[in-house]
Amino acid sequence: MAISRKPASQAPDFSGGLFKRPTTSKGLVSWLTTIDHKRIGILYFLSGIFFFVIGGLEALVIRTQLTRSGLNLISPDLYNQMFTMHGTTMIFLAVMPMSAGFFNYLTPLMIGARDVAFPRLNSFSYWTFFFGAITLNASWFLGGAPDTGWFGYSPLTSTTYSPGLAVDFWVFGLQMLGLASLLAGFNFIVTIINMRAPGMTMFKMPAFVWMTLVVQFLVILAFPAITIALVELMMDRQFGTGFFNPAMGGMPIYWQHLFWVFGHPEVYILILPAMGIVSEVLPTFSRKPLFGYPVVVMSGALIGLMGFAVWSHHMFTTGMGAVANAAFAATTMTIAIPTGVKIFNWIGTLWGGKIRLTTPMLFALGFIFMFTVGGVSGVMHSAAPADAQQQDTYFVVAHFHYVLIGGSIFGLFSGFYYWSPMVTGRMLSEKWGKIVFWVMFWGFNITFFPMHFAGLNGQARRTHSYSQELGLDNLNTLATIGSYILALGVGIFIVHVIRDVISGEKVSEDPWDARTIEWRLPLPTPVYNFDKIPNITHRDQHWFDKHPDLAHSHEHGADGAAHADDDGHSHEDEHGIHLPGQSWYPFVMSFGLFVVVFGGLYSSLLMVIVGFVITFIGCYAWAFEGIGGTHVKPKGQSWYQ
Amino acid sequence: MNFIKRLRVARMIPAILLLPLLAGCTEMGPGTTFDVRSNIAREQLSLFMLTFWLGLAVLVVVCGIFLFVIFKFRVQDDHDKSDIPEQTHGHTALEIAWTIAPVILVIILAVPTIRLTMLQESETARTADNDIVVNVTGYQWWWKFEYPELGITTANELHIPEGRRATFNLESADVLHSFWVPQMGGKKDLIPGQDNFLWFIPDEGSAQEEPYYAQCAELCLGAHAYMRFKVKVDTAEDFDAWVAGLQGASLQKVSADPLVQQGKQAYIQKGCAGCHTIEGQAVGNERYPNLTNYGQRSIVAGLEPNTPENLATWIRDPQIFKPGNYMPTLFSGAEGEEEQIEAIVAYLHSLGVDDLSQASAER
Repeated sequence: MAISRKPASQAPDFSGGLFKRPTTSKGLVSWLTTIDHKRIGILYFLSGIFFFVIGGLEALVIRTQLTRSGLNLISPDLYNQMFTMHGTTMIFLAVMPMSAGFFNYLTPLMIGARDVAFPRLNSFSYWTFFFGAITLNASWFLGGAPDTGWFGYSPLTSTTYSPGLAVDFWVFGLQMLGLASLLAGFNFIVTIINMRAPGMTMFKMPAFVWMTLVVQFLVILAFPAITIALVELMMDRQFGTGFFNPAMGGMPIYWQHLFWVFGHPEVYILILPAMGIVSEVLPTFSRKPLFGYPVVVMSGALIGLMGFAVWSHHMFTTGMGAVANAAFAATTMTIAIPTGVKIFNWIGTLWGGKIRLTTPMLFALGFIFMFTVGGVSGVMHSAAPADAQQQDTYFVVAHFHYVLIGGSIFGLFSGFYYWSPMVTGRMLSEKWGKIVFWVMFWGFNITFFPMHFAGLNGQARRTHSYSQELGLDNLNTLATIGSYILALGVGIFIVHVIRDVISGEKVSEDPWDARTIEWRLPLPTPVYNFDKIPNITHRDQHWFDKHPDLAHSHEHGADGAAHADDDGHSHEDEHGIHLPGQSWYPFVMSFGLFVVVFGGLYSSLLMVIVGFVITFIGCYAWAFEGIGGTHVKPKGQSWYQ
Repeated sequence: MNFIKRLRVARMIPAILLLPLLAGCTEMGPGTTFDVRSNIAREQLSLFMLTFWLGLAVLVVVCGIFLFVIFKFRVQDDHDKSDIPEQTHGHTALEIAWTIAPVILVIILAVPTIRLTMLQESETARTADNDIVVNVTGYQWWWKFEYPELGITTANELHIPEGRRATFNLESADVLHSFWVPQMGGKKDLIPGQDNFLWFIPDEGSAQEEPYYAQCAELCLGAHAYMRFKVKVDTAEDFDAWVAGLQGASLQKVSADPLVQQGKQAYIQKGCAGCHTIEGQAVGNERYPNLTNYGQRSIVAGLEPNTPENLATWIRDPQIFKPGNYMPTLFSGAEGEEEQIEAIVAYLHSLGVDDLSQASAER
């Protein structure tokens, strides 16, 4: 689309004394300084895919070592580092940023906003995440990676048992990631509450936006718990306090409670975005609205809320006592109710539809199947006494990979195949997409289904090897073969996506016959999103606009704007649409924190001070750099009706 | 289309291969939780089977409907856009029905869960008369078993009599560990500063020559994977004999056999005594396994049968059986070392053995 740009000379423009707000839209600087939610979304997603590959390679090392019993291909120490970094990477550096990619790119489009509420804060979240990820992975090259598991159980993480810097890298890296997530959480809550297009009541929001909102509430309520735990651990390690040291009156079990008060909501932080994606993909490819929308939305919210009442089911074998075990078993079982309801409603969405088995749909259907399997084994864990046999075995490994790969990753892949034409303006190959799905589907199931059997026959988790007498060699070989097939699927995915992004078939408008308003936009998405902010009268507004005769009667908005108002809410006055300038300061502040962290790691007070000075200067200049930016004027035929 | 057809056939092949493979691969070894030998393990297994059958029923119903819907309502990808199905938004009665269904399943599951939790975790059930009480202490990366009422201490090798309740008081000397004997029931963590316990009654008839497999189940770094132990369930007579053998062994006596005498010298000279206590002969460090009456043990390092060959392998390079453990490698393959190892083996195997002529015989 042809647009004209002119500088926003009317806007007050202080440079903050350092950098001018850049306006370039090309090159490295444009990416370092971007505050466009779409570009930040792309950065998050690419970072997520990158670390997904890194974490996957770590998984292959783990599986190779376990191919047969008694192998010693890597040392136990390196093995411990591999699974610790595999877990930490996949959770914090792969699935969470991939989800954040979707939140960033889609939420403003789905609610008809120009950007998130705080675009520079959004950039700061990304760069803080970026430097946190670097901090964590820098440990590989600076004396060895953390090896105490992604859960970092005390007292293993104390200086007595982990004297090196590895655990400090983990502590500092996770604190940066936590800060990034918290700020993004607040940002998206404010965005979704305040910046919806006229007429878009809460119950007209797409289900994906609802799940985004629930996830952000989980983030801001759960991350403080791990932040407290990490700060206390940092105190223990750096300053010799004894929060978790029994010799000083501390309690190792206290870490577990703090960790899982965070850790259980965290797994919903990982799965709910995928549930949101599936709730968008299924209706489109069934040509039907989401069945039981309010029930699906409220079930998602309820799952999030109840996620705070079940954390001790990770601790059934820690001797909490009969009452606590019974209570947490019961609360855990009740999670099955809203989860089951969601699955039934998804099937209800399919029922009577015109189901097109496109690649996004295959991944969404794969999600439902594998998430159901993982959900069932999850309920099996909730029976606390039976769980005593399953805890810390490969049965648990099978369970959570079914919900995190079969669930989260398949959901995210579904979303990727569905929405990527919006980003690139090109279609991904359906042929190769389907091959990727089937290779990944079978690779995944061949890897993880046998683990149910291995766990129930005595294979403990986080073990460098297993005894030959257990008779589990063949099952493990099968799992290892499966993991290579899964990796092959991911490899094909990367190659064909790169090829199709460069030379795929061009597409300029909604290729899927979709239902939600982000598909009204031309492809790829214009830099200013909507030229006029749309008015919303229906839940599936885009579908309604295409088929006004099919609108559901009780959906007509008595609340909000009653009819599509041709004027819309135009920001297109004589100046055109204002695009704020980019900014260096989020990057500068994140970099300052990065310096602080390395000062802390290497006990350099000077470096800590320098880092804080950089951070403070960034913060100060940020506050005073003014609005800047340009005005753009969409030209030509308005595609907006 | 040709490609799609080929894919359609190919995509199901793994399903046909996976099931028989799994059936063929799965054999119940000593780590199984299905061939159970104690009251607690049996209760846990029956609760597991309840969850399994309920779960399987749910899976069959849900996936059955799911697959049916996909095949029934499927259209081709290039389907006519104007063919629009009815735009149903929901169905209240259905929503209520499929909310109540899982509620019922959860209740069916919750009642036996809570009953069994109360049985196995309740403090009031902690001790009873005639229990065999064992104080279990976890160390990186071995197990200490003390029988306070019998005055016996051993390592990596637990003896209990069949048919009598065994109560374990669990304590850790360093980091977290977890006590797990799969065929005897679920695990319990060892947490420093926390007083945990676990109990079960080995079945009458569970005594067998082959010891039961057991494993540390909580990450403790280093040799965690190899922090195993063996549980020997004895008949009442055999157990009493084992106790009497240890209680009656003379701690001070060392065989006059020159090989044993040479072994005792080497034990001190090589520094073994700096870590491993042998009551009456060497004062080591309590962080490392006590080797008193070692000649009566049946397991090396909780992993292998206590034959002279296995013990020699262990002493020669402790990293072979148990990679990552703390025991230093004291032998470099230099000349004369094999005799030293042989002598140390003979010495250790003589400890607590009254019939000294059989000191180095295979046990």
